Amino acid sequence: MLRQAAIRLPIRSAAASRRFSTASQPPATPEVDTTFVDSWKKMIPNLDPPNTPSAYMKPRPPTPSAIPSKLTVNLALPYSSLLSSKEVEMIIVPATTGQMGVLPGHVPTIAELKPGLMSVHEGGEVSKYFISGGFAVIHANSYADIVAVEAVPVDRIDPAAVQKGLSEFTQKLNSASTDLEKAEAQIGIDVHSALNAAITG
Amino acid sequence: MAMSALRREGRRISPMIYTNQIPSIRSSFFSSQEQVYPGARYISTQIVRNRMKSVKNIQKITKAMKMVAASKLRQIQSKTEKSRGLWQPFTALLGDIPSVDVKRNVIVTISADKGLCGGINSTSVKTSRAVNKLNAGSDKENKYVILGEKAKVQLIRDSKDNIELCITELQKNPLNYTQVSAIADDILKNVQFDALRVVYNKFASVVSFLPTVSTVLSPEVVERESEAGGKLGDLDSYEIEGGESKSEILQNLSEFQFSCVMFNAVLENACSEQGARMSAMDSSSRNAGDMLDRLTLTYNRTRQASITTELTEIISGASALEA
Repeated sequence: MLRQAAIRLPIRSAAASRRFSTASQPPATPEVDTTFVDSWKKMIPNLDPPNTPSAYMKPRPPTPSAIPSKLTVNLALPYSSLLSSKEVEMIIVPATTGQMGVLPGHVPTIAELKPGLMSVHEGGEVSKYFISGGFAVIHANSYADIVAVEAVPVDRIDPAAVQKGLSEFTQKLNSASTDLEKAEAQIGIDVHSALNAAITG
Repeated sequence: MAMSALRREGRRISPMIYTNQIPSIRSSFFSSQEQVYPGARYISTQIVRNRMKSVKNIQKITKAMKMVAASKLRQIQSKTEKSRGLWQPFTALLGDIPSVDVKRNVIVTISADKGLCGGINSTSVKTSRAVNKLNAGSDKENKYVILGEKAKVQLIRDSKDNIELCITELQKNPLNYTQVSAIADDILKNVQFDALRVVYNKFASVVSFLPTVSTVLSPEVVERESEAGGKLGDLDSYEIEGGESKSEILQNLSEFQFSCVMFNAVLENACSEQGARMSAMDSSSRNAGDMLDRLTLTYNRTRQASITTELTEIISGASALEA
């Protein structure tokens, strides 16, 4: 009986280690749309089927049964990924309906963002970024993806330039004649007032 | 006939071999050189020297082009790698279903404006034609939107009526998001679509370019697919914050996704173009180097042969006088 237990033990630990090792490696079999590949191979046998974007990204982990302790945040911009798979405690994003706080275990949400302040809370430290508009998507597995066009850390904003921009756009609004010009001036004012609030607040 | 003689000679250069059998049209070509003895194989050193000079120039030019492509690649590669995080959130949310069945497909083919970049433009065009064929059907309409001269030239030959929009000279100014989002806006306004399929070459490494198809669905199709279940089935479980209605948010999401996917695709294709040009120019300069070696051998052989002939004349003349 002891021998049986001894035989079973290494098998279990091997299974555990196998499970552990595959999680840390990049996906061996990325998600591929098999219907696409099959229909391609039937209709166009001479050409290899092209790859699709899901082959180039790591698949996301499935929804865990218990609420995880940390939120994983990705902040993606066209020119860089400011945060990629960073584990934090909480983030606050400027949704169009107001500031929205996100904790691990948040309900899955798609939020449209307006220009404003985003803060990332990690172990007592808060880093603040000013975001132009974009989208924030919170998944069920406590992954938060924020896609924005521009994001700058708040300490890099120049207050003099903000004031100048604000007065410039207020002037433009007053002198605007067409609806398009009025809308553009209004957008400029909104962004600059949000910038103002971000540096002062 | 002359060409087969040349091939038997083992890769001598064509217009230079001159035998007795070749008709006299050629003799005018050779009038400026040394005398030809009947039955002798003779190449003029002048011609070989000219040929060597031009091959050396070609080698220099292709080497320079390779350096230029390498520096452009370095600049654009860092931008491309940073933009790779941009489309991933959308794929994570909306999934990647190239096998989706829709009526109006628009194939956005991305290619280079300049040539001499290996086979990547042909690969893009072949892939787009294949995607077109895959999605063909009696009630379906497929349209093309083409970015880049090279694909335009190829696709205009057989799909002229299906081309909606052609955009060229993308890389006049360094690629940036504002420019690409303006193009994306243009496409979204002018073209009716249910699914947009962006065909480009993804930059895997300096020698490897993978043809890729990214699918962006219109908001109506997204709703339809999420109701039908399957890969987009969980979309309904997401709460919507902001905006007035779900369809408005989905519309904005789809447009933003398209501009992000386009930005990454354009950058990746530009990187692939520079990488392909580097390897094409590299093999070209190597080939020119080989040709130069062969020409040098021919030149030396010819030079030595003419010296030997001269010596032989003198000696036989002298021995004739003695005897």
